[in-house]
Amino acid sequence: MSYVVPKESFNGKVLSVDFGKDDKAISVGGENCLPFLSFEGDLPNRPVIAYEIQDCPPDDWPDTVKDVYKDVSGDPVTWAKHCQDNLNAKAIALRLVSTHPDRDNRSAEDAAKTIKDVLAAINVPLIILGSNHIEKDSAVLVAAAEAASGNNCIIGKAQEGNYKTIVAAALAHNHKLIAMSELDINLAKQLNILITQMGFDKSKLLTDPMCSALGYGLEYTYSVMERIRLAGLAQNDQTMQPPILGDVGIYVWKVKEVVAPEADLPEWGALEERGIAWEAVTATSMITSGTNLLIMRHPKAIETVEKTIEELT
Amino acid sequence: MALTGVQIFKLLPKTNCKKCGFPTCLAFAMKLAQGGVDLSACPDVSEEAKKTLGEASAPPIRSFSLGSGEKSVKMGGENVLFRHDKKFINPCVLAVNIADTLSDDELAGKAEEVAASELERVGQKLRIDAISIEYASGDAAKYEAAVKLVADKAPDVALILNCKDAGAAEAAVKAVANRKPLLYCATDETAEAMANIAKTNSVPLAACAEGPEALSLLTEKIKGLGVEDMVLDSGAKTAKEIIEHNTQIRRSALKKNFKPLGYPIINYVIRDDSTLETAIASVAIAKYASIVVLSSVEKWKNLALFTVRQNIYTDPQVPMQVEQKIYEISEPTADSPLMITTNFSLTYFIVSGEVENSKVPSRLAVMDCEGLSVLTAWAAGKFTAAKIAQFIIESGVGDQVSNKELILPGQVAILSGALEDKLEGWKITVGPREANALPTYLKSREA
Ligand code: B12
Ligand code: SF4
Repeated sequence: MSYVVPKESFNGKVLSVDFGKDDKAISVGGENCLPFLSFEGDLPNRPVIAYEIQDCPPDDWPDTVKDVYKDVSGDPVTWAKHCQDNLNAKAIALRLVSTHPDRDNRSAEDAAKTIKDVLAAINVPLIILGSNHIEKDSAVLVAAAEAASGNNCIIGKAQEGNYKTIVAAALAHNHKLIAMSELDINLAKQLNILITQMGFDKSKLLTDPMCSALGYGLEYTYSVMERIRLAGLAQNDQTMQPPILGDVGIYVWKVKEVVAPEADLPEWGALEERGIAWEAVTATSMITSGTNLLIMRHPKAIETVEKTIEELT
Repeated sequence: MALTGVQIFKLLPKTNCKKCGFPTCLAFAMKLAQGGVDLSACPDVSEEAKKTLGEASAPPIRSFSLGSGEKSVKMGGENVLFRHDKKFINPCVLAVNIADTLSDDELAGKAEEVAASELERVGQKLRIDAISIEYASGDAAKYEAAVKLVADKAPDVALILNCKDAGAAEAAVKAVANRKPLLYCATDETAEAMANIAKTNSVPLAACAEGPEALSLLTEKIKGLGVEDMVLDSGAKTAKEIIEHNTQIRRSALKKNFKPLGYPIINYVIRDDSTLETAIASVAIAKYASIVVLSSVEKWKNLALFTVRQNIYTDPQVPMQVEQKIYEISEPTADSPLMITTNFSLTYFIVSGEVENSKVPSRLAVMDCEGLSVLTAWAAGKFTAAKIAQFIIESGVGDQVSNKELILPGQVAILSGALEDKLEGWKITVGPREANALPTYLKSREA
């Protein structure tokens, strides 16, 4: 018996989604094979990492990641420019945290202004995220979509409880959209169907099946992503072909392993390296299982994953 | 490839003598194909048939242990490509590579670092399982001494003899043969000599070639020389080669039952940058490596890699669980607080860890909810007021406490009314939503 390269060819293909403007526009997705298996398919676009910033100081981020932005995080415009100009961010994800009713409850108009200011200051593509409050997000993201009109942003997240208004806003202002459900392939599929039934083009959609941090449910996210990919490729399930988003930083930078000081847990080793590794390993597992677009926080973790992607492609 | 009933039938005596308990040879063959009986039930089967059938029924990826004794680690034996199909079975061995050019003190230091690498996470004891000792000195006597020293200082750790020179390998393998080290590695040029050493000392042998195809020829050659336990190195260095070669090897073994590649895989992932090495190692762990060799084992790095290995190798059907019972933390008295949670390992270890942190002696009632988290169990109808009440009553914990008060997780505050109705004589208190607020909460209750 002699060796034959065991290739799989699939009927389905991940949709390619672009965002941003002019020469800074980026495409993600478009592959017709499992992650990084270039011996059996085409992977026209490598995974992209967006730097996460927010519209208020990151008081609730642990020191390891808060301190690296301490000189710029007082103002989202400065922060965004810092990521673009000094850290070479290819894309930026702005989370409108301060609009959350339990935080500063800032208005949709405030959010719209922040977005205009940030967009005026940068030329890399922008992802606009709500505060993950179902009702408030629908107001905030509608205003945000309008403020960002003409910039081909990604907005989100549209969830089961609020997708209608957010989809309408993305449609009206020609943005790309994140559809998020909670760790269940059937829920992800169903939401994509509901959204496309509203006349939203599936080739403008990204699926966020919900991320989880290393050690805190990573295995669920990993397997849901692999299953979504296989459904889209092997079964040619059209509703499972949007590129996948991995919102990594927000899930990682709150678990005990990234905050507990070495003095308390000497067996866990150096805190800074531990936090960076936690984010890098979580993100690497996500791209290994199918993620096309990552949202991350720590520059060293991002640099590590960039190098990993470089090696993988 | 598993044989069909008809193929098996052709190998049987075809006498229909019924000694196997089946009316005909064909009936026996059919049952055998389904795995319902053992071939030994037929007393008249020929030696040749035994051999053919034995090979066909061997697992697609050979399984054997690295190292000896209690802490030896099993490798191979995997059956699926994707963890959602079925549990990945034998968690990947993590190893560190050290050169024989280090001083005796440095070698001993490394060995001790590895021996002390054990950590507990979610109830499992996790560790760096092996040390790879590299022949870098060019001095066979020095190599043998280094191997002996490391073996001595790390008595429970499995050994990989990273030595491509058969001359130098021979004495070193012999010196630690009782530890069942992996001999790494044989190439096409050294196959005979290395196979001979592996065979003489009954140790597994790694085969190393450029790419899966060349590798498959090499393993056939080595097998022909009488070595059965092999480990594969396809020469993969970049992350891309690791993911592509490992996928091709695993697929060939599982989907084509291609025996020449039906062995565990080893990946050396050594990088200058330890964080990058950690990320590359995580790719290898997820994508089918059975041994990942690192250049350093910092504690933070171990924790991240142990955790990703644990995540990838958990059973996707059965969440990790702990036993249902009343756990006593820091020697509670009758006046100590009583809390309740579910038996999902992660939930239990987070909550009990925070209770320990608080240093407030407590009881934690852990209820069997089939390993689901608090909210998931609640949503699935397994953590309801009626079930909690029944569990608390049957546990008899009411007799151990002076004050019948039960503290609920904040996320299921909604249950408190109904629970108060069902648990007569008990006071139900709603605790914080997140476990990390427990130390402050428990201390403030004491004040
Ligand atoms: C992973 C997950 C699953 C996994 C199961 C994992 C598991 N082993 O439990 C799977 C995919 C199987 C699953 C299934 C379902 N899930 Co689910 N799942 C989750 C998810 C994403 C994380 C749960 C988790 O692991 N949490 C981590 C553990 C450690 O948290 P925990 O047990 O609550 O413990 C914390 C606190 O409660 C507190 N605590 C715990 N004990 C105690 C005790 C005391 C005294 C105190 C003070 C504090 C305290 O400390 C811990 C750390 O802070 C959540 C969403 C989310 N982000 O929370 C949804 C979620 C829990 N699931 C949900 C649902 C509805 C379901 C399903 C019914 C339907 C579905 N979506 O598929 C099924 C039911 C399963 C079944 N068998 O029928 C809902 C529940 C809705 C609600 N609010 O009621 C959630 C919230 C998602 C959502 N918004 O829809 N799920
Ligand atoms: S014992 Fe062997 S020979 Fe006899 S019927 Fe069974 S299979 Fe056939």
